[in-house]
Amino acid sequence: MSALMIRNLHKSYGSLEILAGINLEAKTGEFVALVGPSGCGKSTLLAMIAGLETVTSGEIWIGDRLVNSVQPKDRDIAMVFQSYALYPTMTVRQNITFGMESRGVPKAAQAEAVQRVAALLQIEQLLKRKPGQLSGGQRQRVAMGRALVRDPKLFLFDEPLSNLDAKLRVDMRTEIKKLHHRVGKTTVYVTHDQVEAMTLASRIAVMNQGSVQQFDTPKRIYDRPTNMFVAGFMGSPAMNFIPARLTGSTSISVRAADGSDASLALAAPMPAGAPKDIVLGIRPEHIYRFTTDLKSRKPAVASMQAPVELVEPTGAETLAVLRLGDLEITGRFEPDDAPVMGETITLGIDMSRACLFDPTTKALL
Amino acid sequence: MAEIAPNARFDPEEAAATRRHFWSRFLVYAVLTLFAVVYLVPLLVVIFNSLREQSEIARNGLISVPRSFRFDAWAQAWGSYCVSGTCEGMKRNFFNSLAMTIPATIISTILGAMNGYILSKWRFRGSELIFNLMLLGVFMPGQISLMPWAFLLGKLGLTNSTYGLVLIHVVQGISFTTLFCRNFYVSIPDDLIKAARIDGAGFWRIFRKIILPLSPPILIVTVIWQFTGIWNEYLFGVVFTSGQQQPITAALVALTAGGTTARAYDVMSAAVLIGALPPLLIYLFGGKYFVRGLTQGAIK
Repeated sequence: MSALMIRNLHKSYGSLEILAGINLEAKTGEFVALVGPSGCGKSTLLAMIAGLETVTSGEIWIGDRLVNSVQPKDRDIAMVFQSYALYPTMTVRQNITFGMESRGVPKAAQAEAVQRVAALLQIEQLLKRKPGQLSGGQRQRVAMGRALVRDPKLFLFDEPLSNLDAKLRVDMRTEIKKLHHRVGKTTVYVTHDQVEAMTLASRIAVMNQGSVQQFDTPKRIYDRPTNMFVAGFMGSPAMNFIPARLTGSTSISVRAADGSDASLALAAPMPAGAPKDIVLGIRPEHIYRFTTDLKSRKPAVASMQAPVELVEPTGAETLAVLRLGDLEITGRFEPDDAPVMGETITLGIDMSRACLFDPTTKALL
Repeated sequence: MAEIAPNARFDPEEAAATRRHFWSRFLVYAVLTLFAVVYLVPLLVVIFNSLREQSEIARNGLISVPRSFRFDAWAQAWGSYCVSGTCEGMKRNFFNSLAMTIPATIISTILGAMNGYILSKWRFRGSELIFNLMLLGVFMPGQISLMPWAFLLGKLGLTNSTYGLVLIHVVQGISFTTLFCRNFYVSIPDDLIKAARIDGAGFWRIFRKIILPLSPPILIVTVIWQFTGIWNEYLFGVVFTSGQQQPITAALVALTAGGTTARAYDVMSAAVLIGALPPLLIYLFGGKYFVRGLTQGAIK
């Protein structure tokens, strides 16, 4: 059974359409991430699931209940806000029990629930403090505690980590993942950070301009993005898009730095009816320095020459900016095997990992 | 000690800077002191006159340092001075003012807080329009509404009564209290309300448990503003009440209108001070909260 089902959901403010027919589904226990650039409608969608925004048309099902016109408090959900939204005049304990008090849970049960959640999140020593006396990470924990104590059908997270500094964000990300494993609750998680989405989610819905571009597992989204938007949004550094021309059913040509055409063999034959002009999408980590050893390990590797314009060592890896025709593309190399600036290297491009797009529809071929 | 030694060496440039700093400070304080004196002199004259004998005032003029101190004028002004035949002083009018100001302040503040809560956190179609219309009240001089009030109080049978004045001041004050509270509540993040709604709290519970506990800064401002405004208000008091029912501001005028006898400047001074005391006390005790409340945001 799915814990959350969204059918053809629309939202508009007057003539301004925010969501244009969203279909989405989360199975029980699943962790679904909604990811997209700001203004794509992901937060609106979450607010609609929570019942904080009205539905223009379409259906939202939580469990086996149509909740379109159900009050937020009756939807059996809990939500963690980007701003944490902790009640500033209440102690941590009062923050956590506020919802139970509203619902008339007996005092003894409240105390027990607070203990359980505080132990789970290791915030026992903070229970008497006010939110103003907590650090960012502690506030984050309390906000999660307030949600966890409810034991809801559905957890909603609205960019919960974006107010934390970079290191804490990574730590909390790990904790959220651990927590989800332990609690096993269905979760919908909104983020603009594609790394968060990739690391946490069992399925990702990539959104843009009010519609879901692709809804699939992180691996499928990364390896086989359905269109150029998804391909460009997921992954950092972004996928390289190289204009190419079909020269046969299994070969394409791209413009090299010196203006000549380099021919690359495709890993699989193109389907009939594909356009002549296409876009070759290749992720930076699928570009190597060509060696015979590489060719024997990865038979689908195609080679071409490219001058190295810039080298950016990050420690764990070295990024190199390579020139291809009028384009600059990025390759990701082992630091020990990295090209040097000014060098012209023979690239080995793993064509079995390449994505080919139609430049007019932007869709994957 | 050894660590301090290097700093003790004379540095001419630093000394010059310190000197410049001293003189600029001196100038600032001198000017401020001058202005403070200018503002305080009238108050001082009234205080002196309330302590001087009438004969001494007649002899040495209104503006002079007292040769003798006595509190007779205060006692007279409070309890026994005769105004148009009754010799009860100002105390009845003083209590009239209290009976008018305290309920009017409390009611208008509560209504303002609720209006502000609704207009900032439970917006509805047309709520901005309503807010803007209420704002008009801030800029509307009281005399415009004299006739409508006369009509309404007549219909309600509340002419020449403290209840009538309470009603007037509650209604006239709502614009201000709503404006204060609404602008304060706007700075409370909406996420708090959303979180509380998900937590199962309704309209009133959110108001009581989340909004009100955050409100002391603005409620203090509103109460001080309303209390001083209503206490010092004169026009409605003098138009809609007379004699025994008048608030102290209106009754003070009757002192001067005595006519037949020589003017008792000592009693008048004491009466004026009695009338000014409550707002003054409110300011003395609440003034710092007033300034703080006006400049403070809702969170932290």
